[in-house]
Amino acid sequence: MEKISRQKMPVQDAKERIKNFSSVALGYSEEQAVLEAKRCIQCKKPTCVNGCPVEINIPGFIKKIAEKKFPEAIKILKNKNNLPAICGRVCPQETQCEIKCVLAKKGEPVAIGCLERFAADWEITNSPKSEATVSSPKSDNGIKIAVVGSGPAGLTCAADLAKMGYDVIIFESLHETGGVLMYGIPEFRLPKKIVKTEIDYIKSLGVRISTNVLIGKTKTVQELFDEGYKAIFVGTGAGLPQFLGIPGENLNRIYSANEFLTRVNLMKAYKFPEYDTPIDIGKRVAVIGAGNVAMDSARVSLRLGADEVKIVYRRTEKEMPARLEEIENAKEEGVRLHLLTAPVRFMGDENNNVTGMECIKMELGEPDSSGRRRPVPIKNSEFKFDVDTIVMAIGQSPNPLLPKTIQGLQVGKHGNIITDEKTGATSIPGIFAGGDIATGASTVIEAMGAGKRAARTIDEYIKNLKK
Amino acid sequence: MYNIIEKSTPAKNVNRFVIETSDIAKKALPGQFVILRLHEKGERIPLTIADADKVKGTITLFIQEVGKTTIEMGNLKNGDTILDVVGPLGIPSHIENFGTVLCIAGGVGVAVIYPIAKALKEKGNKIISILGARSKDFIILENEIKSISDEFYIATDDGSYGQKGFVSDVLKNLLATRHSPVANIVYAIGPVPMMKVVSEITKQHNLKIIVSLNPVMVDGTGMCGACRVSVGGITKFACVDGPDFDGHLVDWKELTCRLSLFKQKEKESLDHYCKLKNLCNRS
Repeated sequence: MEKISRQKMPVQDAKERIKNFSSVALGYSEEQAVLEAKRCIQCKKPTCVNGCPVEINIPGFIKKIAEKKFPEAIKILKNKNNLPAICGRVCPQETQCEIKCVLAKKGEPVAIGCLERFAADWEITNSPKSEATVSSPKSDNGIKIAVVGSGPAGLTCAADLAKMGYDVIIFESLHETGGVLMYGIPEFRLPKKIVKTEIDYIKSLGVRISTNVLIGKTKTVQELFDEGYKAIFVGTGAGLPQFLGIPGENLNRIYSANEFLTRVNLMKAYKFPEYDTPIDIGKRVAVIGAGNVAMDSARVSLRLGADEVKIVYRRTEKEMPARLEEIENAKEEGVRLHLLTAPVRFMGDENNNVTGMECIKMELGEPDSSGRRRPVPIKNSEFKFDVDTIVMAIGQSPNPLLPKTIQGLQVGKHGNIITDEKTGATSIPGIFAGGDIATGASTVIEAMGAGKRAARTIDEYIKNLKK
Repeated sequence: MYNIIEKSTPAKNVNRFVIETSDIAKKALPGQFVILRLHEKGERIPLTIADADKVKGTITLFIQEVGKTTIEMGNLKNGDTILDVVGPLGIPSHIENFGTVLCIAGGVGVAVIYPIAKALKEKGNKIISILGARSKDFIILENEIKSISDEFYIATDDGSYGQKGFVSDVLKNLLATRHSPVANIVYAIGPVPMMKVVSEITKQHNLKIIVSLNPVMVDGTGMCGACRVSVGGITKFACVDGPDFDGHLVDWKELTCRLSLFKQKEKESLDHYCKLKNLCNRS
C-alpha cells in the first residue's frame, strides 16, 4: 500500500492575509480529511488519548471520518468535548495528543487537531441541528449550580453539569460569552462566529448565561448560596495583565496585550468607525514577550497597518512559549524577532507619546525553576531603538477581584485559588475552581479539562449532600 | 437589555437617565460607577452612579454630551433600552465623620459628588460646597446640593450666575479669609484641569484631598490596565483600585496625556456618526 503523507491544511497567502482578519488556516477538504483519517493505524491501546486533557476517543472519531460517517464522528467528539471547533483550532496538539501518536516516532503524527476541526466545521455547515448533537436531559433534577466566568473552563463545567441534569447558570462580567475565546484570540485564528455557534450548542443543553454580572460586585458568592445555588464553580481566569514596572510604562500607546486584544477582538476596533471603539497604533510596533498572546498581538498589529513589528524577548527562539505554528505564521507575515533582549525603559515626547525604548542584551545562564535557562543581562550592552507603539505581552496573573471577596478562601502567592488538582475542590465546601484562576495562565484545553474534572466532583459533592 | 424609565435634560448638553437595573441598585454605594454599551456596535463607557433606588430597582446617571456615544445616548428617549449595563464597579468612596468636608464639583462632576456629599452629611459632617459651571445653563442639582450644605457657593466662568470665575477662585478666597482651617478634608470631582488646580491649592495649605479620576476605561473590572494612573509613583488601575485617590499623589500630567490618546479617533467617530445621521453640515 502506498504511504500517505500528512495532509497540509491550506492557508491564506501571507501577503494577502495581513490585509484582513479572516481565517489564516482554511480547513481540510473532505478528500483531505478522509485521506488524513486513513493514516491513523487505529492502535488497540491508543496513546494519543492520554495526551488529550478531555480524553476524546481519538481513534474512534477518526475511524468514522475515514468511513465518511461525519455525523457519527462529531457525536464521538462531543461525547467528551463540548467545543471541538474551538479546540481543533487553538489546542497545541503538537505537545498534547499528537506528540503521543505512535506515527510520531518514525515520521509525522496524524493531524488530530485538523481532523477534529474538520468534523466540527462539517457539522456547523452541513447539519447545524443534526441528530449528531448529543441529546441530553434539560435540568431535570432541579438542583441549581452557579458557574462564574464563561471562558473555556466555565463553559465546559456548565455543559457537563447540564448533561448530568443540573440547572446551570453561568455568570459573565463582560457583555459577551466566551472569555479569552472572545476577547483574547483574534478572529484570524478563531472566528467569533464559530465561538458563538459552539456556545449556542452549550445553551441547547439547557445552560443559561447571564452576562453583565460581576460576581463579587453585582452579587457576592454568599448571595448565590442564599439564592439556593448548591455549588459554585469559579472559572474567572487569569485576566490581570502584568507590567514590567520600568520607567515610562504609562506613556501613551503602551498597551497591555489584554487591552490591545480586547479592543480589537471583543470590541472590533479593527472595524472602527463602523464600530465605536478606537485603537491607535503607529507604524513601528514592539511587542514584549513571546507567548501566543505576543504572537497574536504582533499579527494583529500588522493587520492594523503597522509597517514594522518586532517581538522583543529575553531568551532565545528555542525557549519561546508560543506554539511553533504561530511563530512560523508570524515570521511568514513579516514579524521580526529580537531575541536575548530586554527593555530597560521607555522614552516619550512632550505629549507623553512613546517614541523609543532602551534595551539591554541578555545571555542565558543556569536553568530556573521552570527548567528554562535564565536570562542574565550583559553589562554595558544597552542600546536604543525608535518605536511608536508597544504591547506588553509578558503574561497574566489570576484575576484577584472575586477571590478577594470570598472570606476564608485559600489563595496562593500569585493570587491563584488553591485547589485540589484532581477534583477542583477549594478550601471552602461547595466552592470549586479550575482553569487559569487556579493554575495561572495556561491553555484553553487545560482549562476545559479542569472544568470537566470539577463537574464530576460537583456531581459527587451534590450526591453526598443528599445522603 | 436595560430599560430607560425616565429621561430628562436638566442642563445644556446634560441628560439624566433613570435606568431599570435592580441588581446594581441594590448594591450601589456612593462613588461607584457602571460601564454601559448602547448597542451591538457600541463602545463601553464608564459613568458614575448619581443615585440608586433600591425599592424601585433603578439607578440614575447624568451624562454630558461630549462625543459620539454620549450624543447618541442623548437621542434616546423614555422607554428605549440600553444593551449592556454592568456594575456597581470601583471602590465606594470613603465615608466617615471627618468634621467639616469641603465638596468641590465642576460641570457634570456635580452629579458624581452629590451621593458622596449626601452620605457624608448623613454621617454628621458639616458640608461646605462649591459648585462650578461654564455658565448658568450648565448647572445641575443646585437645589439638591444646597439642601445638604451648611455653606454653599457657586461660580460660573462667564459670571452669568453666582460668582464670576472658577471653583478654585472661591476656594482660594475661602482659604485666605478664614483664620481657622476651612475643612478637615476636601472632595473634588470634575474635569481634570479643575481637580489638578484644586489639588495644588490644597497642598499649599496642607489640606487633605480626595479626587475621583476619570481615565479611559474598557472593561472596568481590572483586566486591561487602560485606566492605569500613577499615584505616589505607583501604577494603579482606577477601575478596581479607585476611582478615588489622594489628589496630592496623582500624576496629573500623565493622566491628562493619557486622556488625549484617542482625541483624533474620537473626532473621526463623531464625524462618522454625524454623516450617518445627517446631523451636521460641516463646511
